[in-house]
Amino acid sequence: MSEQISAKEFIARRIALELNDGDVVNLGIGLPTLVANYLPPGVTLMLQSENGFLGIGPVPQEITPIGQPRVVNAGGAPCSIIPGGSTFDTSISFALMRGGHLDACVLGGLQVDENADLANWMVPGKNVPGMGGAMDLAVGAKKVIVAMEHTNKGEKKILKKCNLPLTAKGRVSTVVTELALFRFHDGKLVLEEYAPGVSVEDIRAGTEAAFIVSDKLKEMEISRVGL
Amino acid sequence: MKSKRLEIDKVASFLRDGMTIMYGGFMGNGTPPRLMRAILDSGVKDLTVIGDDAAFSDATKGPEGIGLLVRNKRVRKMITGHIGLNKEAQRQMLSGEMEIELCPIGSIAERIRAGGSGLGGVLTPTGVGTSVEDVPQDLTINGQKYTKKPVFTINGRDFLYETPLKADLAVLEAVQADKSGNLVYYTSMRNHNPLMALAAETVIAEAHQIVEVGCIDPDHVMTPGVLVDYIVYPS
Repeated sequence: MSEQISAKEFIARRIALELNDGDVVNLGIGLPTLVANYLPPGVTLMLQSENGFLGIGPVPQEITPIGQPRVVNAGGAPCSIIPGGSTFDTSISFALMRGGHLDACVLGGLQVDENADLANWMVPGKNVPGMGGAMDLAVGAKKVIVAMEHTNKGEKKILKKCNLPLTAKGRVSTVVTELALFRFHDGKLVLEEYAPGVSVEDIRAGTEAAFIVSDKLKEMEISRVGL
Repeated sequence: MKSKRLEIDKVASFLRDGMTIMYGGFMGNGTPPRLMRAILDSGVKDLTVIGDDAAFSDATKGPEGIGLLVRNKRVRKMITGHIGLNKEAQRQMLSGEMEIELCPIGSIAERIRAGGSGLGGVLTPTGVGTSVEDVPQDLTINGQKYTKKPVFTINGRDFLYETPLKADLAVLEAVQADKSGNLVYYTSMRNHNPLMALAAETVIAEAHQIVEVGCIDPDHVMTPGVLVDYIVYPS
């Protein structure tokens, strides 16, 4: 991994190369949102905001005060809608997710396991924010990309079986960490890419789940936008 | 035509302890602020409220929305998808002061839609194999009792059964209303509002602007006025 950039930025830069021009995508809050900063030239996404529109645009220069009619994103923060965007009610918004109309979603992760199960919404006894739209997204998007650091303070996150409450069963397509990129093929976890300077043994040491090493294993490339 | 105009100080006549209220809004965006205040001022308590989330407890981040009633301990039970940005709602849930039924937001929207559309419920893949299945139920299906949400395997795919939701009252926020109650919403403020307009016994909309009947192009009406019982005009 390059010394100059953080693990989160590295992950976001790798995922930026997973998305195609014109894709309809939902980026989760936090690390996944960073992906939009690193899209290569020529790649424009139609970003979905789960509270009810397509075409998330930048934060407006003049923010309308709270209490006045204004556009906000799913986190309640002011934003704008790009030309060509569209607005709708919550049932349409979640039909877009659940009905398979999103090309991809990028979600943060607490744990992923060998069965492509994802846990990302609560830590019992610690934090119970609610699942929000995460379960609908994970169940319905054509491609579910999990963006997360490989371990949490030494604790492994890619497991044989998730022990945190699940978000969805068997729905993860791709996992991107600062060490590796895995994909699920026919229900099997496959290591396809390693970060520069990281060995398969390093990855194995930080991963509880059994995985197959792809015969096309290669070094990860990341988006170089702004570097 | 009978006027649908409702003075804000008359809202209390529609409220009673223990009732169920649906509130529009997503992170408080699209939650009617004056109606929230009127519900608080009425002194009503032990409410069951149904809505997207618990909005913000930090007023610098965004509107308080339903949080106003939560903070003042008027809510006995909340059916919602997210309380992560309302510390007081989290505290009341963990201390047991308020019951929270967490439900994926897409399922809440469809349960409200089902309730308002005369449907028997929702079969959704969302939540299958998760703790959403375990929310206590008091259900009888084909004579069989269920104490948790049943999973039906239909042509090889698993779906969770979710009950329809209805309410005694829905409170909505619209950017524009005509005097017959036709409503127009603004961008992200639409969210659950049009769904809730179908699902409650009484529907009260708070509007930023009132126009004469005929001023809104029928193609632009987002909630048909026949669903709206009362309109609170701007102050």
